[in-house]
Amino acid sequence: MTIRIRQLKKIYRVGVETIHALRGVDLDIGRNEFVAIMGSSGSGKSTLMNILGCLDRPTEGTYELAGKRTDRMGAGELARIRNEQIGFVFQSFELLPRQSALRNVELPLVYARGGWLGRRRRAREALERVGLGDRMKHRPNQLSGGQKQRVAIARALINKPTILLADEPTGNLDTQTTEEIIQLFRELHAQGQTIVLVTHEEDVAAACQRIIRLRDGAVYSDQPREKDPVQMQRDAQGIGAVRGPTT
Amino acid sequence: MIFNPLLLLQTILLAIDQIRANKMRSFLTSLGIIIGVASVTSVVAALDGLKTRVLTEFETFGATKIFIIHERPAGAPRNMYPFERIRLKVEEVHLLREHCPSIRRVSPQTSLGASIRPVQLQRDAVTITVHGIWPDWHDIENRSVIAGRPFSQIDEENARKVCLVNESAIRELGLDADPTGQFLLVNDDRFLIVGVVETLQPTIFTMDSVATEVFIPFSTAARMQPPEFFFYVLGQAVSPQASEEAQAEAEFVLRRARGLAPDEPNTFVVRTIDQFVQQFKALAAGITAIAGGIVAISLLVGGIGIMNIMLVSVSERTREIGLRKAVGARPSAILMQFLVEAIMLCFAGGLAGLLAAQALVTGLSKIPNAGLDAAAIPMWAVILAFAFSAAVGIVFGMFPAIKAARLDPIEALRHE
Repeated sequence: MTIRIRQLKKIYRVGVETIHALRGVDLDIGRNEFVAIMGSSGSGKSTLMNILGCLDRPTEGTYELAGKRTDRMGAGELARIRNEQIGFVFQSFELLPRQSALRNVELPLVYARGGWLGRRRRAREALERVGLGDRMKHRPNQLSGGQKQRVAIARALINKPTILLADEPTGNLDTQTTEEIIQLFRELHAQGQTIVLVTHEEDVAAACQRIIRLRDGAVYSDQPREKDPVQMQRDAQGIGAVRGPTT
Repeated sequence: MIFNPLLLLQTILLAIDQIRANKMRSFLTSLGIIIGVASVTSVVAALDGLKTRVLTEFETFGATKIFIIHERPAGAPRNMYPFERIRLKVEEVHLLREHCPSIRRVSPQTSLGASIRPVQLQRDAVTITVHGIWPDWHDIENRSVIAGRPFSQIDEENARKVCLVNESAIRELGLDADPTGQFLLVNDDRFLIVGVVETLQPTIFTMDSVATEVFIPFSTAARMQPPEFFFYVLGQAVSPQASEEAQAEAEFVLRRARGLAPDEPNTFVVRTIDQFVQQFKALAAGITAIAGGIVAISLLVGGIGIMNIMLVSVSERTREIGLRKAVGARPSAILMQFLVEAIMLCFAGGLAGLLAAQALVTGLSKIPNAGLDAAAIPMWAVILAFAFSAAVGIVFGMFPAIKAARLDPIEALRHE
């Protein structure tokens, strides 16, 4: 298992109030899975995402990433795990505004051991992989939203992460661009990348293999995506993805 | 944390980038440092130049010179040490000459105002200061006789009515360029002019160097004054190194001559140029210390400016910090990034300050007669300025850097 979570609990204390953000989550995600995590606000999906991304530690329970327990690691070790094992894609891209696409993609290598070796080349390759080979010197303000997200995805991929974590990656994009980004995720998945994405858009989740729904800090449903008949037909015809019914 | 020179290099480049991106802000931020460094280095440079000049003049003035005068012990009542008792006596000068091996030459000097006019010319008499000296005076003061002859021992022993004049006296009295052999009427006594004494180039110690001077033998001058007249003694040590020794010997001889008990204070004072040099050096060090204090305050103010803007920068770049942490930057890497930025700001300020100081000092040294032509920024001031700038950067950059390093990446990424 790439990800193995057992009885994960997260309790926040806000003043005198105690908030149980996660109330005992069990979860296994295997290699090369393409998983969507869904849930309304307050369901605990952000908390779970933060713990999966090693940005936060659980109050209780265990989290194994690629066979290593991370739930009791210190800040320095967690930083290394984030650097080497996890690629983040954020809703608002989080690119450094004054740096070129290439420099943005290189950023994780700045903090990686031995990261200066072939840094430029690796960044170029990552950008080519997301289809931005001709935009390397552009700054974020010279790129469209979809292109910015591609740069962010290239940045997430540069260190060959164990998992690619995307938090509402299409939240700031229009329909057309959303399609393109989803398509990119599919391609990466096809190349063997393990992907976990958090979304509240059913049609984005529909692109995944497996949908995990959270409610009140616990897993409410965990099932393979039901193939929508229209989609199946279209897949068979090789037309590609279409949007599901709007929620 | 393993020290990573490449990360440090990147951090430095990043900091330079950041400073260049906010040129105006960076300049205003480091203005405090710039002004602080510029003012202190120029003050130090000016002081250093002045010191060099003064010390050079001390050298020409005579590092071997000794000055002895009576002095009432501090706090002692006047009636206990009347002038008649503590004034120098001619016998004491002889003792100094005989019994001080470190003193090569010695001469008393007394001064009196006299009305003088040339005998041959029908002119009004003028009042001129007449100095009574021994022949050794010329060597002590390094003022030789450029025409005629100096005083001889016979002149002194017989209290002969002979005199020497300087160029200013020649002018004032309307004498010939070489007045040797002519006579002056000094208080209605005829004095034979035997020579001309050279005039020294003006120094900062001889305020009125072109004073009109007439010299007569000391014994002659003594006879023209009341029995208990005032004079002081000039001496010359055998070498500059021996001046302290000479001072001790003079004190010993005079104490013995005056029969002072061991617990009794000196009723005279022996000064050497060396002492003046020490005093001047102490004064210069004091001024440097005061300037240092002022600069410490200005650097403190500059440092607070740096800290303030770094705090603004941390808060402005919270999301960036969050992102950097998310992609694997350790807290120590973030700490270093902001610390290096603060240090670079201070360093840039220090460098700009030094350049400004150099311009200022170049300007100062061009001012005529200010005695600052030797002004230059000493190397230690350059090093100190940079060290101080770096220290200010570290001290005042630390708090914002720690703040940045401690940011929670989740919170930071959520920051608006």
